Amino acid sequence: MIEFQLAKKLTGAGGDIALQVDCRLQPGEMVGIYGPSGAGKSSILRMLAGLMSPDKGFIQVGGEVWMDTKNGVSLRPQQRHIGMVFQEYSLFPNMTVLQNLEFALEGGRDKALLWEILEIIGMRELAGQRPYLLSGGQKQRVALARAMLRRPKLLLLDEPLSALDREMRKNLQSYILRFHRDFQLTTLIVSHDAAEISRLTERLWVLENGTFVYDGAPKAYFI
Amino acid sequence: MLETAPFYLTFKLALLTTVLLFILSIPLAYWLAFSRFRVKFMVEALVSLPLVLPPTVLGFYLLLAFSPENALGEFLERYFDLRLVFTFPGLVIASVIYSLPFMVQPLKSGFTSIPKAWLDAAYTMGKSRRVTLRKVLLPNMRNAMLTGSVLTFAHTVGEFGVILMVGGNIPEETRVISVAIYNEVEAMNYALANTYSLILVGFSFLVLMGTYFINHQKNSLLSYD
Repeated sequence: MIEFQLAKKLTGAGGDIALQVDCRLQPGEMVGIYGPSGAGKSSILRMLAGLMSPDKGFIQVGGEVWMDTKNGVSLRPQQRHIGMVFQEYSLFPNMTVLQNLEFALEGGRDKALLWEILEIIGMRELAGQRPYLLSGGQKQRVALARAMLRRPKLLLLDEPLSALDREMRKNLQSYILRFHRDFQLTTLIVSHDAAEISRLTERLWVLENGTFVYDGAPKAYFI
Repeated sequence: MLETAPFYLTFKLALLTTVLLFILSIPLAYWLAFSRFRVKFMVEALVSLPLVLPPTVLGFYLLLAFSPENALGEFLERYFDLRLVFTFPGLVIASVIYSLPFMVQPLKSGFTSIPKAWLDAAYTMGKSRRVTLRKVLLPNMRNAMLTGSVLTFAHTVGEFGVILMVGGNIPEETRVISVAIYNEVEAMNYALANTYSLILVGFSFLVLMGTYFINHQKNSLLSYD
């Protein structure tokens, strides 16, 4: 079970928003977070990852408390077992595809897993290439693979497909589904795309002005 | 007669200053780039002070501070047997202070030009700040490191006021090229002053040209997007 309560005052272009969410999700679930720009979707992921601090918050993942502002507990991002994929790929340009993946391996272990994942994303042949030679879709496949290597308890996808064209999106969606299933992940995906959320997830949270106004099946909301 | 000692001294001073400043400026520039410390602006102003102060002002205060008649100078001489006024080590310390912004500013720009998401990605992969600095930040800001090093080196080669104030004009100890030129002009040896000057112009031009060439090469080879 993963549960979190987060409260934070966010300042954006559209004014201040009081973000206040209280959520629970079961291990193995994939949940889509949908809502207008500036509603606080990415902030939720960043707070779960430990990259942003809530004003008040409690995060518990599988019995382990990652954040409890009441008791002064706050694990650093390095201590939380998460995988995170960003919209802008965030591959390191000074490293090859292989080196980007090796960098993510803890203590350089699990080389077998690395090659297995490279095989899954069909990038074995391109392992020696630098990121700038890859297409957007290939870059995001590497970024997704890289997030898998820590065997995360929670996979956070922050609009991972929004910079890609339609064909590449479909292709990437199938990789996300495959990794989610094969690695028995709990996944949160932020997206602007209703069709994408409907295809990937069975549960949708709709965020408006800092609070969730819907929690249910995507199809029921989007129809 | 053209002497080689001023060239040797200048090169030694510039190299030592560059190496010391590189080591000191990496943590300082990192802190200036990423810290949320409220009075950071005060530190920034302090670092940039040598850019606006006349070198004689800095030199004057360093001369006072290093003088054995004052607390710092006396302390250094008594406990470390180190005299900084009119000596080469004094020149090195004065140069480090005087050239500080020439190293710190390019490095700070280098740090701030790295997309924040790269740091976030490294941290979520369990990497510490130190590992992220070594493996992600520094390798992706080679241009900034090169620019800072070359600017510092060239600026130290061109120093005059601070050196004259703190080091004076002692042959084979503190007489660097810029001071040697001044010396020859004072003695009306214009031909020799011209030879020193031309060598300095040629050297500075070559160093800057080399830097720009390397930076252009790197920019055309690397695309980060």
